[in-house]
Amino acid sequence: MKHTFKITYLIIFLLAGTLQVNAAEKIDLLKTDWTFKGLFGKFDRGSLQRGYQVYTEVCSSCHSMKYVSYRNLFEPGGPEFTEDQTKAIAASFEVTDGPNSDGEMFVRPAKLSDKFVMPFANVKAAQAANGGAYPPDMSVLAKARSGGVDYIYSVLLGYEDPPSGVTLDDGVYYNKYMYGNNIKMSEPLTDGLIEYVDGTTASKEQMAKDVTTFLMWAAEPHLESRHKMGFKAILYLIILTILVYFSMKRIWSRIESEV
Amino acid sequence: MSDHEYVPQSKFGKWFNDRLPLLSLASHLTDYPTPKNLNYWWTFGGILTFCLITQIVTGLTLAMHYIAHADLAFESVEHIMRDVNYGWLIRYIHANGASMFFLAVYIHIFRSLFYGSYKSPREIIWIIGIIIYLLMMAAAFMGYVLPWGQMSFWGATVITNLFSAIPLVGEGVVNWLWGGYSVDNPTLTRFFTLHYLIPFLILGLVVLHIWALHIPGNNNPVGIDVKKPSKDTVPFHPYIVIKDAFALLMFMIVFAFFVFYSPNILGHADNYIEANPMVTPAHIVPEWYLLPFYAILRSVPDKLLGVVAMLSAILILAALPWLDTSKIRSAVFRPLYKQFYWILLVDVLVLGYVGAMPAEGLYLLIARVATAYYFIHFLIILPVLGYKEKTIPLPLSITEPVLGGFPMASAVKKKENLN
Repeated sequence: MKHTFKITYLIIFLLAGTLQVNAAEKIDLLKTDWTFKGLFGKFDRGSLQRGYQVYTEVCSSCHSMKYVSYRNLFEPGGPEFTEDQTKAIAASFEVTDGPNSDGEMFVRPAKLSDKFVMPFANVKAAQAANGGAYPPDMSVLAKARSGGVDYIYSVLLGYEDPPSGVTLDDGVYYNKYMYGNNIKMSEPLTDGLIEYVDGTTASKEQMAKDVTTFLMWAAEPHLESRHKMGFKAILYLIILTILVYFSMKRIWSRIESEV
Repeated sequence: MSDHEYVPQSKFGKWFNDRLPLLSLASHLTDYPTPKNLNYWWTFGGILTFCLITQIVTGLTLAMHYIAHADLAFESVEHIMRDVNYGWLIRYIHANGASMFFLAVYIHIFRSLFYGSYKSPREIIWIIGIIIYLLMMAAAFMGYVLPWGQMSFWGATVITNLFSAIPLVGEGVVNWLWGGYSVDNPTLTRFFTLHYLIPFLILGLVVLHIWALHIPGNNNPVGIDVKKPSKDTVPFHPYIVIKDAFALLMFMIVFAFFVFYSPNILGHADNYIEANPMVTPAHIVPEWYLLPFYAILRSVPDKLLGVVAMLSAILILAALPWLDTSKIRSAVFRPLYKQFYWILLVDVLVLGYVGAMPAEGLYLLIARVATAYYFIHFLIILPVLGYKEKTIPLPLSITEPVLGGFPMASAVKKKENLN
C-alpha cells in the first residue's frame, strides 16, 4: 500500500504548482461562512431569495445576467420561489419579441422561459451609460474572478477613502480588494439600502453575503446536485475499491501471498 | 505471439476464427504472460486507456451540444452547463479528465524513465508513446480554446504566434494557421475539427503502442529479461486485470473529487470571461501540464531559439534510448542514475512552478538554470553515466535466489518501496 501513498504524494506535488498560482494572486480576502462549501454544501434558500432581491433592486440596473432564465428561480437547488411567485417576477419585466404576423416587433411581459432581461441593449450602450466601463455580465461572475465568492464579497465591502497621496480620476473609486485598487463602480451597498421582504435587517454585510450567494448559484445552478451526486459516487467507488481489493488478494493468493 | 496455438472449441468458432482470428486475439490478450513482479506504477497504462475512452465518450456528447462559432461558443458552453441534462457533469468530467490524463501520462513516462522501459528492445514502444504525448498536448491545447473564454483566445494567440518565429515564412504560416489575420472564427472551427480528429489518431497509436509492447512483453521493476511464459510470469487475466482495476478505481476516486468538489480549481478563472480581442489578461498562462515547456520557452531570450528549445525538450525524449548508454534498465541497480533521476524530477517540477510565475527577476534565473539542467541531464549526464557508473549486480531471474545479494523478488520490491 506504500505505493498508494506515493501516488497520492505525487499528485499533491504536481498540483501544488497550480494551486500556488491561484494563491499568489490572492491578498487576504474577507472571509465569511458560506453554506455551499464542503462535501454537503447547500445554498441557504433564504439567502438566495434575499440575494435575488438585492440583485434586482441594486445590481440589475447596470449588470446583466444573460444566461439565467426566470424559470431557474423556481427550479430545485435554487432560490426555489414558488411557480406563481416566479411567474409574477417574470411578468414584471418587459421583453421585445417579434416580428409578429404584421412584421412588427412588440413588447410583452416576460415568461418563465425568457432569459433575464438585460438593462442595456448592448455592450456599447452599457459603456456609454457607465463612463466607459462595461459592468460585467453576472451570470458566471463568481467563477470568473480568482478568489471567487470571497473576492466578490470583499470587493463589495472593500470601499474606503484612498490613502494619502493617491489621487483618483472623476468617477473612479478606491477599493482595497479590487485588482489595482481602482474601480469605476461607486459603492453599491449601504446599510438599510433596501428593505428585505422577509424582514431581515439589511446591513451592508448581510446584503453582500446574500447577493454573493445568489451570484454563486447563478454561476453554478447545479451545485447542490453536484455535491449530492459526488458523495454518492465517491462512496460507491470506495466500497467497490474495497471489494476489488479483497478479490485481488484472493486471486493473487493462488500464486503468492504478497501483491 | 503466445507460444501455444489457440483452437476454438465449437465448429462455428473454428470456422469464424479461420476467417478472422478475433478469438485468437482474445486468447492472446487474456493469456498474455506478464511479469508477476509489476508494481502499481505499471497500472497507469490501463488508467491511460480509461482516460482516453472517457475523453472520447464525454467529448462526443459535448460535441452534440457545442457550437463552434466565435459568437456562440461561450454561450453554448453555458447552455451545456445549465440546460443540458447532466451537461455540467459531462463537461466537468471532460475538462478535469484532460488534467487527469496528463497526470497519468506523466507518471507513466517517469515510471518508464526510472525502470528504463525505453531501452532495447522497447524503443519503438517508447517513440510511439512520445508521438502520443505530442498529440495529447495538441489536443489539450485546442480543446482549451473551444470554450472561447479569455484564456482560450489569448492562449491560442500566444501559441500560434510561436510559428511566426520560423524565418522567412513565419508570418505566412501564422496567417495560414489562423485562416485570417488574427485568431477568429476560422481558427475556432479548424481547432474544433482537429480536436475531434486527434483523439482517434491517438486511439490508433495506442493500438500500435500495445501491439509493440506485446512483442517483447512488459519490462519489470528488476529490469531483466523474463522467460515467457514461466513461473516469473502470470497470465494477464485475471491477475493483471484485477490489479489494474483496483488501481483504476483509486484513480477514479481522485478524479471524482476534482469533478464533484473542485471542478474549476485546475482551470483559470479568466476562462469564464468571454473572449475579447480588445482586452489582454494580466497573465497569460497555459494549463498546468504545459507549464514546464512554457518555462523553457520563456527562459530563452530569442523567440526562435526559445521555440527550438521548447520543441527540443520534447523531441530529445525520442532519442533517449540512444542517449542512455547504460545496458542496465532498472534504476534499482544504478545507484548514481537513481540520484540523477530524482534531480530530474525535481527539475521538471521547478520548471512547472516558474512557468506559472512572471518571467522576470529570480524566476527567470531559476527557469534558465532549470532549463540548462534539463538538457544537461539528457545530453551529458546520461551518455557519460552509462560508461562511468558502477552498477549493482543483477539477479538471474525475478524469482530465483541469486549470488549477488538479492535473495528474493520480494526483497527487490521491498527495497523499491523504500525509495
